[in-house]
Amino acid sequence: MKLNRRRFLLGTTAFGGGLLIAYATTRPSKHELANRSSAPDQHFLTTWLRIDPDNTVTVIVPHSEMGQGVLTSLPMMAADEMDADWNLVKVEQAPATTLFANGVLVKGFAATMVGIPKFLDGVADFATMKLAEIMNMQITGGSSSVRFTGEHGMRVAGAAAKELLRTTAAGRWNVPVNEVTARLSHVYHVASGRSATFGELAADAAQLQPGKNPVLKQPGEFTLMGRNIPRVDIPAKVDGSAMFGIDARPAGMLYAAVKTSPVFGSKLVSVDHAPALQMRGVQKVVELEDAVAVVADNYWRAQKALDALNPLFAETDNDGESSASIFASHDAAITDGDTNKDIEEGDAAAALQSATTTVDATYRVPFLAHAAMEPMNCTVHFHDDLCDVWTGTQDNLGIRGRVASVADMDDDDVTVHAFYLGGGFGRRLPQSTNTIDQATLIAREFDVPVQTIWSREEDTRQDYYRPAVSSQFRAALDESNKVVAWENIYTGQNEPAEAAHTPYSIANKSIKWVDSPTHVPFGAWRSVAHSQHTFFMESFVDELAHQAGKSPYEFRLEMLTDKPRHARVLRAVAERANLQRVLPAGHALGIALQESFGSIAAQVAEVSIGSHGEVRVHRVSCALDCGRVVHPDTATSQVESGIIYGLTAALYGQISIANGRVVEGNFTDYQMLSLAESPDIDVVLLESEGVALGGLGEPATPPVAAAVANAVYVLTGQRIRELPLKNYRFTANPVESVANLL
Amino acid sequence: MVQITVNGVVQDLDVEPDMPLLWALRNELGLTGTKFGCGVAACGACTVHVNGNPVRSCVTPVSAVDGASITTIEGLAYAAGGGALTAVQQAWIEHQVPQCGYCQSGMVMAVSALMASNPAPSDADIDSAISNVCRCGTYPRVRNAIRSLRTA
Repeated sequence: MKLNRRRFLLGTTAFGGGLLIAYATTRPSKHELANRSSAPDQHFLTTWLRIDPDNTVTVIVPHSEMGQGVLTSLPMMAADEMDADWNLVKVEQAPATTLFANGVLVKGFAATMVGIPKFLDGVADFATMKLAEIMNMQITGGSSSVRFTGEHGMRVAGAAAKELLRTTAAGRWNVPVNEVTARLSHVYHVASGRSATFGELAADAAQLQPGKNPVLKQPGEFTLMGRNIPRVDIPAKVDGSAMFGIDARPAGMLYAAVKTSPVFGSKLVSVDHAPALQMRGVQKVVELEDAVAVVADNYWRAQKALDALNPLFAETDNDGESSASIFASHDAAITDGDTNKDIEEGDAAAALQSATTTVDATYRVPFLAHAAMEPMNCTVHFHDDLCDVWTGTQDNLGIRGRVASVADMDDDDVTVHAFYLGGGFGRRLPQSTNTIDQATLIAREFDVPVQTIWSREEDTRQDYYRPAVSSQFRAALDESNKVVAWENIYTGQNEPAEAAHTPYSIANKSIKWVDSPTHVPFGAWRSVAHSQHTFFMESFVDELAHQAGKSPYEFRLEMLTDKPRHARVLRAVAERANLQRVLPAGHALGIALQESFGSIAAQVAEVSIGSHGEVRVHRVSCALDCGRVVHPDTATSQVESGIIYGLTAALYGQISIANGRVVEGNFTDYQMLSLAESPDIDVVLLESEGVALGGLGEPATPPVAAAVANAVYVLTGQRIRELPLKNYRFTANPVESVANLL
Repeated sequence: MVQITVNGVVQDLDVEPDMPLLWALRNELGLTGTKFGCGVAACGACTVHVNGNPVRSCVTPVSAVDGASITTIEGLAYAAGGGALTAVQQAWIEHQVPQCGYCQSGMVMAVSALMASNPAPSDADIDSAISNVCRCGTYPRVRNAIRSLRTA
């Protein structure tokens, strides 16, 4: 297939002229095109689809499977539009070459209010919109796969492919194309009784120009979308055959264990290699600028030998930093720092001054690590002036660029072999994956493959953390207890910027942020800034409701008169949780709402205080409107997952800084929610017509902390303004005094 | 020298006696289905069966299992008497339990051991027996899948 056809197709469907230029800028060489079709009788109809003569359709997915079901949902979207037989659909992970870079994803971010997320910095230069660099991305994040790549890439590609196949058949049979139909990987002309398989038509179809606007199906015409197709990745995940990055086993491989300077930014001064070198299996001690590594024939031997070393790291100006000093810096910045305007509507200062009632509160949350189950790892092999990389990453193409940059090689000389990710959550984005640089530098010392594995402690202490944030609020109520002013100053604007924008209708709003930089590296953590700000805002709104003497549910609804989708979601969760029911003695409900990544989620948590003063969460009801649901069961599992991820953070999540370094190291002191503590989760998915699709991987995470903390307030009278909840020993109010305030 | 039987195959291991079984399986025997999660027996990703009992292999020295019969996720169906998948594995597919999947080898091994010793576990039994960590939060599905396996 010629380049101009592909450029034409993508450039004139979803996003107009932007991509047309982009594709021209990144014109693939003939060599690359040859690579793309690995056998002469395989025919690419679009970037993402391949039809083979045996009538199989291969859908090439430019995202990483990290449990969100993308290897199933995206092919479903293409196959549905194409009318392919699902039993004849194969799925492949896109190879990490620029040819498969995901331009639709970039345009998706650009076209929505989300904007270009900062977590993509370093992957692409958005300031100048250098198209060649933008194309160099293949990222999985921002809850983007289905709503951008699927909706604007896969569906269009599938529809275009079907059009080409029908046109080809019509020409071959000399009948009008509108009499030609497609169904289950066959094309039919019913009147003459003729039929052909997609595979029989593919070669000729690839010679045609796709039409400008392939017609997409209406929801009522879907055959696959909306159905619970079993996920393609699951069978391999129940019998141990699924391969994660840490399972890569290229021949002759050695293993590396690493210790990086515990204070971020410190350098290695010296280390005596001798204790390690005399241990069994040890090949070499490798010194890096800020770390020391031991390479051995078995990971356990490497780690044991590493533990025998006593590296000296340089003192730094940050050696005295602590959580307390960082929060003190936050307070100072909020009090005295230069403020940056986020939202100014009306005159909040004047409204506060003239108000009868004002409410003040300052909230904060600590740093959090991602704690993906698969410790960070990367396997690298330098050979013949080339480099092979085996790892699980949220951006294979970005990793290729990263390795090439560290090794000072051309991108094209680096091959990234994609593996399943043992948890992403933002941790496995290239700029949060410092393991890659180390693995590259360590492997440079060898002519065999080297698998660098971080211990759990190293993973916990060398993360790119969810930032600690402090947030100060003031609000004013008028005589009728209506909120008339909302003032907020918070530290460190992270992405997405709208995370701190309360959805409620309030006449006067002033939202500002102050810089309060620390030496602790930060990155994208599931739902990014939403997880902190939703806790802050939805707890503070709850404070206002109680101040106003109103039901927190009704109070919110009253401020959503101009946001019918939000109001509908809130009503749906109230109905689902059955707010009026009689609760078990000692139980209370809390509610919270937030829009993120294009979806609106509301949750009600049913909570009690345990015999040791701990918070127990019995049930979380969640209503979520993501526009349209492509795979209901996977959507539900993502909501369940998001809630448990957020709940773990609310109950236990705390990365503490002492002497400039992270205190917590393993699941023993960085605790995870267990099955026994996991609440019943009840999910209701709502759809809205005529809206852009929203994401699902993240939007269920933000509301849960506030929903739980708001219930704790009902139970104890104690307003939770700092997380995690494990740091409190609560005394529940007498059971008879706990009213169902919702 | 330590001799163990892994998934029915006798293996002689010329390794240090204190090498954890996990790393003997993963690095010496090439069985990658058993996962490394924490190294301190806190997460259960490394769960295998030693003479039928669930054991966290990351803290189990090979010397402690000398002569023992080990079953890993790769040999689970074989150990259960053949067939492609066990009832637990089938329930895992039926309930679409795994997400990222990394913890699921250990989860399936722990649940298989529970069901073998207690074919009708109560919810409290499930809570106390299954302490494996799953960061994707598949717990509700794990629980439902186990409930579906209870025999009357």
